[in-house]
Amino acid sequence: MTVFGRLGERAKILLGYAIGFASMFVLWHVASVYLVSSVLFPPPTRVFVKGYELARDGVLGQQIAISMQRILIGFVCGSAIGVPVGLAIGSFAAVRRVLEPYTEFFRFIPATAMITVAVIWFGIGEGSKIFLIIYTTVFVVIVNTAAGVGAVAPNKIRAAQSLGANRAQIFLFVALPATVPYILTGMRAAMGNSFITIIAAELIAANAGLGKMIWDARLFMLVDQIFVALVVLGLLGFVTDRLFRWAIYAFAGRFSPIT
Amino acid sequence: MALVRLSAVSKVFRSLQGRDYVAVRDFDLEIEAGEFFCLLGTSGCGKTTVLNLVAGFERATTGSVEIGGRAIEGPGADRGVVFQGDDSLYSWLTALANVEFGMRMRGIKRGDRQDRARRYLDLVGLAGQDNKHPSELSGGMKQRIQIARVLANEPEILLMDEPFAALDAQTRGVMQQELLKIWRATGKTVLFITHDIDEAIILATRLGVMHAGPASKLKGVIPVELGDHERDRTADRFIGVYRQVHAMIREELAIATRQTA
Repeated sequence: MTVFGRLGERAKILLGYAIGFASMFVLWHVASVYLVSSVLFPPPTRVFVKGYELARDGVLGQQIAISMQRILIGFVCGSAIGVPVGLAIGSFAAVRRVLEPYTEFFRFIPATAMITVAVIWFGIGEGSKIFLIIYTTVFVVIVNTAAGVGAVAPNKIRAAQSLGANRAQIFLFVALPATVPYILTGMRAAMGNSFITIIAAELIAANAGLGKMIWDARLFMLVDQIFVALVVLGLLGFVTDRLFRWAIYAFAGRFSPIT
Repeated sequence: MALVRLSAVSKVFRSLQGRDYVAVRDFDLEIEAGEFFCLLGTSGCGKTTVLNLVAGFERATTGSVEIGGRAIEGPGADRGVVFQGDDSLYSWLTALANVEFGMRMRGIKRGDRQDRARRYLDLVGLAGQDNKHPSELSGGMKQRIQIARVLANEPEILLMDEPFAALDAQTRGVMQQELLKIWRATGKTVLFITHDIDEAIILATRLGVMHAGPASKLKGVIPVELGDHERDRTADRFIGVYRQVHAMIREELAIATRQTA
């Protein structure tokens, strides 16, 4: 019996995370202080102090808010478009045949390749960012949602038919809930894409945001500030992904083998 | 008049390559109201096809499939289906909500349908498991939910497609006895598909043996006139029936084995 054995599941998870993160910072510290020892690779303590200063001045919070707002708006819009389209593709062969060229074509044009076009079309402000997040979200959500509809066990549909459900009821009470785990999985992947896309877009063309913060810091060799932004990105991504995992579990995870 | 009647039924499946596969041909069967009919056959003999035709999941290529004198056009609440696997259960719903499903679709009031659903959960031995989700229950319990779900919908006939085939031998034995008890309590008509001779004899009032596929039909039908205490593998009369059925199915088994093994 290990030390872990006596703890509850939740405590085990938290303890694991705590150890994982702590070891990450220890490794970082050792690497920056003893192995590299360069101003170009600041130790965690310096980064935390810098992060605290930026947070105290309100700069950090503002940049986070700007980037997260862009992600959130684009992500919500992209999912709101992607889910119904995915459901339609998964439910009707005719719709699938017509729309498949779109999904299969644009899937391979990454959002980062669209940055220049987006800026030309929608300017350097919010428009281009939100467009890019929608773009990067919508196809992943469509593909996963459609796959989810296709993966509903035929016996679930047949059982509903034999229990007297009509087509609309089968869609609403069987196909849709059975697809929820796939939708959430697609949205989770889209959220990862959104982080990549927003930073790339803000690095290349933006007047604010975490990506812009990294780019500006580079100009003045503020390596500490770059690291603050990187750590914040990691944490934001980690937290949002946990939230998704939790949602998948709460809605469907415990009933369905998808994680 | 028979409750279910299949006459001169054939079912042809066409593969993607355009080849035809005749599953059943000239298939005749009549099931009387209140009987427990077991359809017994080797794997690939088309017995599930027969069930799917009665369920309305498949349409006959030729011939007629009727229930209560009406032609079967598609699936309907008058024919409840219990599937072999648990993938027909709604994993996002509780046991109770699964059993309520049919009534909910028909707009029965929440209170009424919950009462009825609980009664049927009790009947299948799942009292107190209302709020469990299927993933929290064992294979046997999941099949009990399926049976309760179908019974709660009060169909004219229960169509059971090897419902216990995926269970371990011990659970299967228990479920067979439970099903007999439920059948006696409710008096429902049952069409039960199986490839297990023992199971067919334990359950059936009449059993039909199918020829090996393809283009299968009924080879013969025999009544199983056993008392409750004789529905036991060790009873002399049980063994007598077993020999009779085994003699019928032996050649078919040999044919099926040559085809598939």
